[in-house]
Amino acid sequence: MSDEQDVITGINAPVYLKYNFTAGAAPSRFLTQLKKGVLMGQRCPKCSAVYVPARGSCALCGVATEEDVQLSDKATVESFTIVSIPIPGNPIEPPFVVANLVLDGSNISLIHLLSECENSEVRIGQRVQGVWKPESEWDYSMNNIRYFKPIDEPDVPAEKIGKLPVTGWEG
Amino acid sequence: MKDIAIVAYQQSDSVSDAGAVNEVELIMPVLARTFEQAGLNSAQDVDFVCSGSCDYLQGAAFAFVSGVDALGAVPPIKESHVEMDAAWALYESILKIRMGHADSALIYGFGKSSPGELPVVLSQQLDPYYLAPLWVDSISLAALQARMMLDKGLITERDMAEVVSRSRRNAMNNPHAQLSGDISVDDVLAEETYLSPLRKADCSPISDGASAIIIATVEQARAWGLPYAVISGIDHCIETHNLGMRDLTDSVSTRMAANRAGMNTGKVDVAELYAPFSHQEIILARALGLDDSTQVNPSGGVLAGNLMMASGLSRVGEVFNRIVKGEAQRGIAHATSGPCLQHNLVTVLEKGENA
Repeated sequence: MSDEQDVITGINAPVYLKYNFTAGAAPSRFLTQLKKGVLMGQRCPKCSAVYVPARGSCALCGVATEEDVQLSDKATVESFTIVSIPIPGNPIEPPFVVANLVLDGSNISLIHLLSECENSEVRIGQRVQGVWKPESEWDYSMNNIRYFKPIDEPDVPAEKIGKLPVTGWEG
Repeated sequence: MKDIAIVAYQQSDSVSDAGAVNEVELIMPVLARTFEQAGLNSAQDVDFVCSGSCDYLQGAAFAFVSGVDALGAVPPIKESHVEMDAAWALYESILKIRMGHADSALIYGFGKSSPGELPVVLSQQLDPYYLAPLWVDSISLAALQARMMLDKGLITERDMAEVVSRSRRNAMNNPHAQLSGDISVDDVLAEETYLSPLRKADCSPISDGASAIIIATVEQARAWGLPYAVISGIDHCIETHNLGMRDLTDSVSTRMAANRAGMNTGKVDVAELYAPFSHQEIILARALGLDDSTQVNPSGGVLAGNLMMASGLSRVGEVFNRIVKGEAQRGIAHATSGPCLQHNLVTVLEKGENA
């Protein structure tokens, strides 16, 4: 083999594709309200479960969620994790808490950050509330809420998590 | 081996831009109508679900997973997906039933092509080393194929225009068609060329929409008391990625698939061919040996509306509709994938005994 060839381990073939992306009709309704500082869920006409953020269907029943339901920014911790390693591209310094939270008045959890708390004291059933950015910075974004922080309310027992009315938790 | 039948078929309107709806919102109304046609409530009432879609179309990663939200998949269902036209999801579902793992299946396909530049998006399905980096788009490749046909004297531009004219006129009877009208051959020929030798009318439109089918063993279809058409054969064949090694003026893989599916064991009353470009309908009809005794694309075909990842399944549905209405005894549905008819699937449908 006199004329040896280079071993080619890769070529550059960048892909650029442009899209006019749309969120969907139901997500658009949610995002429009979010920009006004309102957390809006959508109710299943069949099983009455309230979804937030809505995608337009009840995944249990496979039917469209048409009714809008205004929710509280108070929530209950359904589960959580303490992130101790840096995540590439994430500006938040570890350790920080990511939690499954169920907003009062809804039946499924959404994921957001917990802060202004002792990480070691975060627990399932803990009551928390959203800490909003100033109104002038509100956009079509879940980042309108910087994070949730603990509030002085009694814990919610496991069997009641995800079943609280929009009026909240009396304890 | 259990015979398998189609018992329901629905398609959305084919529209140039479905607007703000997401994949779930695109699929749900079609599924609701399909369940209603079959007298079923949800995906819980079938044994298997298989879908066809491609996330590149709308530029949304894992859009097909979100699509499951349209099904009512609680408690869990048996579900699968192909990153292909849903005609191949039908193929997978038939295998599932043949293996005895199911007696019924829901198959659906959806595509929202409007958010991206479809011909450019499709360039990224080409061979990644030599062709994809050149961004050769799907219309340019079809134009190369049409030019070859014309220069070899295999077709004339008038032949192509005749395909378009017939599609537009047939589509006047298709309530879901995007393009229809009483357009003459001369009207088509009067149009300027777009990507020579193709006119815009020779190319299928960019479309958004979805379609769905329910299949079941013939025993199950009878138990449900539904009119049905029997799937007597299905097969698919693929040609090489290298366009230079293919005879682009013929479709060898379509002919092979049709023979293996048993097309030639009886008369073909109707053929729904997935030809995204007018000259490709001529290639397909010739490859299959169809003559005047077969009605080709009575729905208008995909020149009247091209639901990427659903139109192959819709071809099957259109033949089903004609058989259960008594307009045809036996027919074939063709689906294609890849550039210049690279990958082809043929389904043979026949009238059921008590359909």
